Amino acid sequence: MNSITLLQVAWVALKVNLLRSILTMLGIIIGVAAVIIMLALGAGARYDVDQQIKSLGGNVFVVFSRGRFSGGARQSSGSSQGLTELDALAIEQQIPEVNVAAPTLRANGQLIFGNLNWSSDIHGVTNSIYQAQSWTLSEGRTFSDAELASAGRVAVIGETVKRELFGQSDPVGQTVRVNKLPVTIIGVLKGKGQNTQGNDQDDLIFMPLDTVRKRISGMTLSSPKAVRSIIVQVHDERDMASVEQQMDSLLRQRLRATDGQTPFSIRNLAEMIETRSQTLQIFNGLLAAVASVSLLVGGIGIMNIMLVSVTERTREIGLRMAVGAEPKVIMKQFLIEAVLLCGIGGIIGVTLAVITSLSMQYFTGFTAIIDPYVVLMSVGFSCLIGIFFGYYPATKAAKLQPIDALRYE
Amino acid sequence: MAAVIQTKALEKHYQMGSETLRALKGIDVQINTGEFVAVMGPSGSGKSTFMNMLGCLDIPTCGQILLQGEDVTHLPAATLAQMRNKYIGFIFQQFNLLPRTSALDNVVLPMLYNNTPRQQALTQARECLELVGLGSRTTHQPSQLSGGQQQRVAIARALVNQPALLLADEPTGALDTETGLEIMQLFQQLHRQGKTLVLVTHEPDIAEFASRQLVFRDGKLVSDKRSTPACAQTALAHFRQQRLAEALE
Ligand SMILES: Nc1ncnc2c1ncn2[C@@H]1O[C@H](COP(=O)(O)OP(=O)(O)OP(=O)(O)O)[C@@H](O)[C@H]1O
Ligand SMILES: [Mg+2]
Repeated sequence: MNSITLLQVAWVALKVNLLRSILTMLGIIIGVAAVIIMLALGAGARYDVDQQIKSLGGNVFVVFSRGRFSGGARQSSGSSQGLTELDALAIEQQIPEVNVAAPTLRANGQLIFGNLNWSSDIHGVTNSIYQAQSWTLSEGRTFSDAELASAGRVAVIGETVKRELFGQSDPVGQTVRVNKLPVTIIGVLKGKGQNTQGNDQDDLIFMPLDTVRKRISGMTLSSPKAVRSIIVQVHDERDMASVEQQMDSLLRQRLRATDGQTPFSIRNLAEMIETRSQTLQIFNGLLAAVASVSLLVGGIGIMNIMLVSVTERTREIGLRMAVGAEPKVIMKQFLIEAVLLCGIGGIIGVTLAVITSLSMQYFTGFTAIIDPYVVLMSVGFSCLIGIFFGYYPATKAAKLQPIDALRYE
Repeated sequence: MAAVIQTKALEKHYQMGSETLRALKGIDVQINTGEFVAVMGPSGSGKSTFMNMLGCLDIPTCGQILLQGEDVTHLPAATLAQMRNKYIGFIFQQFNLLPRTSALDNVVLPMLYNNTPRQQALTQARECLELVGLGSRTTHQPSQLSGGQQQRVAIARALVNQPALLLADEPTGALDTETGLEIMQLFQQLHRQGKTLVLVTHEPDIAEFASRQLVFRDGKLVSDKRSTPACAQTALAHFRQQRLAEALE
């Protein structure tokens, strides 16, 4: 009996008991779908984290000035000063592994253009910010040295700000009022979209550090060159640990920090995100494990039904043997039936999983990534389940003596 | 004359707890090509046991079976299956058709196990259904056929591989007299065409249509006679006439 005939015979046998076949398959369908959905959501979460790290750069530190800026007013001065532009310069120049160190200040601002207004984050920056945070311009130019040196009334805006205030028209050369200060727009940042927390990364505007410090924030600063944070980009991710140490000792020395009182904190953002995501991954792995158990239960269901089927069709087996079926052909027939049940169940499960994950992604905003390898694996695995749980019933059928099988009541 | 099948000192014992039941006690029979043999005897005398041995469905306790001159007594299960497929056609009292399967597919069944190409198998199956008078019922399922028709499908299935030996264990047992006679007429037709048949029955009337009668009693062969077979066609015509007369009375 060739394999196509065997498949046909198995197919007919399953079709004859259609409802039972479908119910049996259900276990496998649910198991496969659950495993794939769990793995897809896990891969999606992983992907989100990777994207976030990538957008920040896995090689980026942020050094925050601690306590200097709370409430917009200076706290009682201690022995140490806050971070300054000069600290950024020192980091960049004295630590060879550092590519760039970009000092930044932040303020909230109300932007007005014509009769439109929009509030956004205002970042006081130098031109090193573009490299440190991987920004590029879609229009216009960056700040000139003169603008940086003289607190020029210029700004580079994010895509969201452009869209809200200018729509389709060209913002470069236009003047907006930022907290009442007229500022000329010289460039537009290329959009980055939302980050994984759903925050818009393009809702911001860049101005020279001095402009923000002197004309926008109204903060009383600990020193004329004070900054809120320094974004440090390292050449090679592998040097992160060593750079962190070097920065720590450099800044301690520069800020004359005593042991108990550190006026700055160094954060490795990639690491923070990674830690947060690990919990998620473990949880997800647990769910996938539970899903696999349901696949196992589905397999046991297959075995149960195949055993019932062998008993029920004992006379048929006897007849097939009488007209010339060898035991191994009977064995193959029942194995193929089991594998067909599992295989079809697996394929339906995959389809269900794809539909479910896509609609989850669409309606809830979860990222779901279905790896074709996972799909192949789970269909293959469910076929294996068919072989594994079909084996015993199939052997039972093949071992029957033709005469006993024919006489079976 | 060439022996289709031959048994030598054939014995079958069943172990029932501590007792051994000797269902066959040394049977020596030779069945030749073209014979139509009826196996008779009271219930429990070992007729079915004997038939199952002839059909290689069961394994003898001792003795020997030669099928087409080959000793099949100790062959492995797989080889026996091939022998059955090639040389033997079975007809059962309970028809044993596959349910929810068309007559045609039921007849095709034995050819699935010898890799006959699908088209050829279908052609052969149709021819056999034609031969048993069911050319117009090929797509019917067993549940849509009468008992006699079902038995004809089973006969077509037994014929389809052109076996050397047709074995029928009480083929008319589940049928009424008239249908039984029709089936016997078909057997006689096959016999005239040169087929070798062995048929188990406990009705002497039915046994008369065969060319040779074996009688079993208590696991032994007690009588082996050859006779000129009665004509089933005549018997059928007679039966119908009689029934008509009864109805008119
Ligand atoms: N599987 C078995 N296990 C035990 N004993 C059996 C088995 N099959 C048959 N026998 C016994 O062997 C003897 C012969 O049985 P067999 O079926 O050959 O009788 P038979 O002549 O066909 O009878 P009937 O006309 O009623 O069909 C009987 O006594 C029966 O009880
Ligand atoms: Mg019997």
